[in-house]
Amino acid sequence: MLELYGTSLRSRLLLGTARFPSPAVLTAAVRASRAEVVTVALRRESGGERAGQGFWSIIRELGVRVLPNTAGCHSVREAVSTAHMAREVFATAWIKLEVIGEEDTLQPDVFGLTEAARILCAEGFEVFPYTTEDLVVADRLLAAGCRVLMPWGAPIGSGRGLNNLFGLTALRAHFPAVPLIIDAGIGVPSHAARALELGFDAVLINTAIAQAGDPARMAAAFAQAVEAGRAARRAGPIEPRDLAAPSTPVIGTAFRE
Amino acid sequence: MRIIVNGAWRETEGAELSAVLEELGYGEAVVATAVNGEFVAAAVRAGTRLAEGDRVEVLAPMQGG
Repeated sequence: MLELYGTSLRSRLLLGTARFPSPAVLTAAVRASRAEVVTVALRRESGGERAGQGFWSIIRELGVRVLPNTAGCHSVREAVSTAHMAREVFATAWIKLEVIGEEDTLQPDVFGLTEAARILCAEGFEVFPYTTEDLVVADRLLAAGCRVLMPWGAPIGSGRGLNNLFGLTALRAHFPAVPLIIDAGIGVPSHAARALELGFDAVLINTAIAQAGDPARMAAAFAQAVEAGRAARRAGPIEPRDLAAPSTPVIGTAFRE
Repeated sequence: MRIIVNGAWRETEGAELSAVLEELGYGEAVVATAVNGEFVAAAVRAGTRLAEGDRVEVLAPMQGG
C-alpha cells in the first residue's frame, strides 16, 4: 500500500483532470485508471455561467480523493492564498504546491517553493511540492515539513519521460523512506513502468491520458504499467552488465572436446 | 461602488462581500474568495466590508493537473 500523509492507497497512479475532450471521457478515464486520487484546480468563476459547479459535482460523484493544486502561481503569496482557498473549497489539508519560475519549461521556482512550503506546513497543510530532482532542494523541502516529494520527470505536458535518470535515481537513493511521486513529463506507459521499477512510489499522469486518442483505453494501459513496474521493483530487477552472460548452462554442451 | 471582480470592473450596490456575491449571482455556489490577494473565509464574508477599487477574486473547482 502507498501511504501519503497517513492515507493508505492501493493505486499508485494519480490522475490529473485537465485537458480531457469532455466530462464523459474524463469520467471513463478516471474509472479505467483505477486512480484513487485526482488533481483539481481553482479558477475564476463567472456568476452567470458557474462552470466550476458542474465540474465539481462530476468529481464528487466519482468518489475519489482530490489533491488541489496551485497551478499557475508564480509567487509565494499567490500560492499561499490559493492553498488557503483550496483548503476551504475542497475540505482537505492536501495541496499540490506549484510555484512556477520559468515559462518555457514550467520549471518550479525552487526558492519560492521552499518558502511557500515552509509557510503552509507550519499552518498544518499536507504539502505535495512539485519540484526538480535537485537533492539540496529536496532536503530543504523535507526540512520545511513536507513528507512527500513530487519530482518532475520532464517538463509538464512534454511527454518526454524520465529526462534525468541519473538525478532521479540519486534522489531515490538519498531519500529511501520518503514517498516520491513522479509528477509531469510522463508520455507513455513504459515511462511510468520505468519510474516504478526505479523505486518511485507513484506517478501523476494527466496529458498523456487526457490527450491520447482513446483516453480511457490509455488510462487502463497506464494502470497496467504502474502495476507491472511496482511488481518488478518488488521482485528485484537484475543489474545491467556490459558483456553477455549465457542464459543456457554451458556445462554439458555437445560437440566440445 | 466600483470594485474589480475576477479582473473586471463591476458596479455594486452592497458593501459587504457576502452581499456582493449574492448580487453577482453566485448564490449558493461552491466558491472561495479573496480580497486584494488575501483569502477571505466563507464564515467572515458577511463581516468583510469592501472599499472602492478593491480586487475581489471568486474561484471555483476546475480541471487541473
